[in-house]
Amino acid sequence: MKYAFYPGCVARGGTPELFDSAVAVMKRLGIEWTEIKKAACTGAGVLQERDLKLGDSLNVRTFALAEQMGLSTILVICSTCQGVMSQANARVKSDPEYLKEINAYLKDEGLEYKGTVQVKHLLWALIEDIGMDRLKQTFKHELAGLNIAPFYGCYIVRPSDVLGFGEHPQRQTSLETVITATGARVVDFAGKNKCCGLPILYINQQNALRMVSDHTGAAQDNGADAMVTPCPLCHLNLDGYQPKARRQNRGDKGNLPILHLPQLLGLAMGIAPKELGLQHHMVKTSGLLRKAAPKAVGVPQ
Amino acid sequence: MKADLKVRRYSPEIDKEGASPRWQEYTVDIHPDSTVLDALIQVREELDGTLGLRCSCRASICGSCGMRVNGRARLVCKTQVRAIAPKGEQLVIEPMGNQPVIKDLAVDLSTFFGQMKRITPYMQPDKTPEKGEFIASYDSMNHLVGVMNCIMCGVCVSDCTVLEVDEKFIGPAALAKAYRFVADPRDDKHSDRLKFLNGEHGGIWDCTRCNMCVEVCPKGVAPMDRIMAMRDMAIEAGNRGTTGYRHTKSFERSVRKNGRLDELRLAAESPGLFNIPAQLAQAPLGVKAFLKGKMPPVRAHRAEEHKNITKVFEKVEAGRQVQPPEKS
Repeated sequence: MKYAFYPGCVARGGTPELFDSAVAVMKRLGIEWTEIKKAACTGAGVLQERDLKLGDSLNVRTFALAEQMGLSTILVICSTCQGVMSQANARVKSDPEYLKEINAYLKDEGLEYKGTVQVKHLLWALIEDIGMDRLKQTFKHELAGLNIAPFYGCYIVRPSDVLGFGEHPQRQTSLETVITATGARVVDFAGKNKCCGLPILYINQQNALRMVSDHTGAAQDNGADAMVTPCPLCHLNLDGYQPKARRQNRGDKGNLPILHLPQLLGLAMGIAPKELGLQHHMVKTSGLLRKAAPKAVGVPQ
Repeated sequence: MKADLKVRRYSPEIDKEGASPRWQEYTVDIHPDSTVLDALIQVREELDGTLGLRCSCRASICGSCGMRVNGRARLVCKTQVRAIAPKGEQLVIEPMGNQPVIKDLAVDLSTFFGQMKRITPYMQPDKTPEKGEFIASYDSMNHLVGVMNCIMCGVCVSDCTVLEVDEKFIGPAALAKAYRFVADPRDDKHSDRLKFLNGEHGGIWDCTRCNMCVEVCPKGVAPMDRIMAMRDMAIEAGNRGTTGYRHTKSFERSVRKNGRLDELRLAAESPGLFNIPAQLAQAPLGVKAFLKGKMPPVRAHRAEEHKNITKVFEKVEAGRQVQPPEKS
């Protein structure tokens, strides 16, 4: 099965390590993909709040581009891309008149969306298309002894009616499933489905930092060695602003490493930390690596 | 079938300030079609008459029985036990969040109504109609049905992720109610309302767009969508002096030009380019990001054939009509 790969804007900008680690992991899994290079930003909810039709038009255009490539599944690596695209897809699939209006905007480019595309995050593809058995076959070693806290990111869990939870209920616990498959222990905490605060980072930084402090703090209180998230926007906030957030709100050192989903998989697959871009994180991952991949970082056995 | 409940108890006479939560477990034999409310009432009738809870209609219209079940707020009269505990799993029941608890599962509603009062929750027409009634078009009133469905249950307030960290946020219920008036053609204070909601600490720009209120609302009010609509209406009404506006504009500009988000510009433009204190405050993080190789490229990356994306923007903008609430 071939995917139309849509990496999103942040994987190319503020979190380049996500793109690199995703590509490395997809190679190990034997996933066939082609990038939709002409696709626009999804709008991330920001353009949608400004003008819903504008946001929907950009995303429908992306769906039409995938159809033009002869592909029916768009693979994403960002919770926000997943949610925003799923919402747009649901709206146009349920309203043929609306789709017709949008297709009129795409006509000049020779594009027309016929409604055949589905959008699937790598996290879901791992469970639904690849399966845990095939995933485990690519692992070089188990991450036993590691405690990992899942942080989903709002847009991959809400609103539930467009995310296919009826047909695929396992999506709601997909992160826990994948963490368990690596051999690590899942650390439960109150904020795993809540908001990281990134959308209000510039507008109300105090609140955004409180959220970061609450969630990373709660995870660490419950014994987490690291947090894993399928959303690079969450990563930017939870990683980049963690030291400041924790200092201001809990008065402690914010040192919980935040992993992108492909990085967690890459650790189990034995991919070199540098290839996974772990050196780019704001919160140091060296302590985690000594525990998770001791051979890779030269810890004497 | 059996209902296995773990209920959070609280009584000011028994539980001291700051004490750990007190739980009590109950098991009752219920009819297979029972709701969580049925099970709780049965607990109160058969096992423990001291259990405090609010309920009334049992038909999801009065809004009294909002509670948290397994961490998520809902109307318990609308929640069938077997739907959320198909294998007889234990249900954890707590009072709604973000509001003070009076006793057990009943919360103090003054927080909720205090939020409502902040948004002037009544019609403010400038004049009385000549013939004793306002005439409003079908479309304009039909549009309001969704937001008028609110039964003031407080479930959205309970689970709002912003209220969890900031009690000054006006909150999803009150902001949805504000929209109900801003979008009503019979009200004459739209621009005042929008100006207030735009500039107020805890107003429309403080929503973190997490969809929690949309997800938990038992009546499909979709408070977050109303807040987003008001952001756009506020901008159209000329309210431009906010970071929220600058952030949206910067985002729009870079996607229109390059097809992709220019994160560097977004970080620089959102607080205001000439806002020296804000720029200085974010400089250290910028330097750290640069040293870690995380700086977004100065020359922003672009989509292939990005001019086609600009054309889509132009076409949508040409067809764009922001409808102010119409009067007949």
